[in-house]
Amino acid sequence: MAGAKEIKSKIGSINNTRKITSAMEKVAVSKMRRAQERVAHSRPYAEGMRKVIGNIANGSIEYRHPFLTERPVKNVGYIVISTDRGLCGGLNTNEFKRIALDMKNWKEQGAQAQIAVIGNKATAFFKRFGGKVLAQQTGPGDNPRLADVIGSVQVMLKAYEEGRIDRLFLVFNKFVNTMKQEPVIEQLLPLPKADVTAKSHSWDYIYEPDPKVILDKLLSRYVESQVYQGVVENAASEQAARMVAMKAATDNAGSLMDDLKLVYNKARQAAITQELSEIVAGAAAV
Amino acid sequence: MAMTVQLDVVSAEERIFSGLVESIQVTGSEGELGILPGHIPLLTGIKPGMVRIVKQFGEEHLIYVAGGVLEVQPHSVTVLADVAVRAEDLDEQAALAAQKRAEEAMQHAGADFNYAEAAAQLAEAIAQLRLIQKLRKK
Repeated sequence: MAGAKEIKSKIGSINNTRKITSAMEKVAVSKMRRAQERVAHSRPYAEGMRKVIGNIANGSIEYRHPFLTERPVKNVGYIVISTDRGLCGGLNTNEFKRIALDMKNWKEQGAQAQIAVIGNKATAFFKRFGGKVLAQQTGPGDNPRLADVIGSVQVMLKAYEEGRIDRLFLVFNKFVNTMKQEPVIEQLLPLPKADVTAKSHSWDYIYEPDPKVILDKLLSRYVESQVYQGVVENAASEQAARMVAMKAATDNAGSLMDDLKLVYNKARQAAITQELSEIVAGAAAV
Repeated sequence: MAMTVQLDVVSAEERIFSGLVESIQVTGSEGELGILPGHIPLLTGIKPGMVRIVKQFGEEHLIYVAGGVLEVQPHSVTVLADVAVRAEDLDEQAALAAQKRAEEAMQHAGADFNYAEAAAQLAEAIAQLRLIQKLRKK
């Protein structure tokens, strides 16, 4: 019964794997819930910012901020947010495919890409894929803080101000629902028109000290908050994707175990039958 | 009943306060400000410190903010608060660190595992550095 023993140990090892994947699934479920809450918490700030910036852009001010004005595109910048760890299905792969395509499009128009990466998977990808990486940040993990993204954002804002990039995009996985996460490329700079056009009005703020200083501060905060939101949304996507992937793995392990159990029982029964027929044959011979 | 105005205090990470208030006291970048309902539109930076608010029915409340921007409209006031005290040189340091990490990560091909650990240590060191500088300023 050597075959039966082998099968049995195989069933055991699959069972152990299943235990791990189902534990990972449960962890992902609870982490996802928290990540979703965080996404909801970061929304009011971005909304408030957008409202204020919209008001300023429409207000009668003479100062045109470079973040609000379009210019011909010679170089593009990306801030790419990925996960730190794998085992989350095709989440990162889909995102990288999307950005590779986008970069190719820009290249055909003669624009070079410069990149800031957040997360280990993106770092590894661009190491293989090539590309000019300006800033790198290990993923902020399960509890992202705004401070984690400041460094990378500052590098890209500076590059934009100095004219080394003419457009800035944010790439991350948008959390649509538990079953669906979509890689998206959002334009951060210059601010898309839709963001800055509100109803026309005839009033303007009193600015203290003056519009330029406040606008500078607001706009860089706004970009930071957008990137932060990307990070938290990506974290929620990661957990959702991992949850689904681990559920599939657990189910697969279950059906594999059922199949193997069948094979095991057959082997066991065959062995018994053979033994019986040997005994019967022996008795008949006597 | 006293007049009230809608106040929202939000930071990038959470909504800190939302509700009707009778008055707000805050340290603006140019000086102390007292805001009552019906104030004309105003936009100003605020310094790190306490925001003192008087809620509807006269209850007082203090909120700490680490700087940010104050937007005032006649019927609504929004405080866009920073999550931590921000200093120009610290921002620059963070930027430099991110750049340095990028260079290191791109050069040391195949050293992924150790790299993650090193980056974590670096982040910790930066955090400590920040704390020290903050303490020094006080």
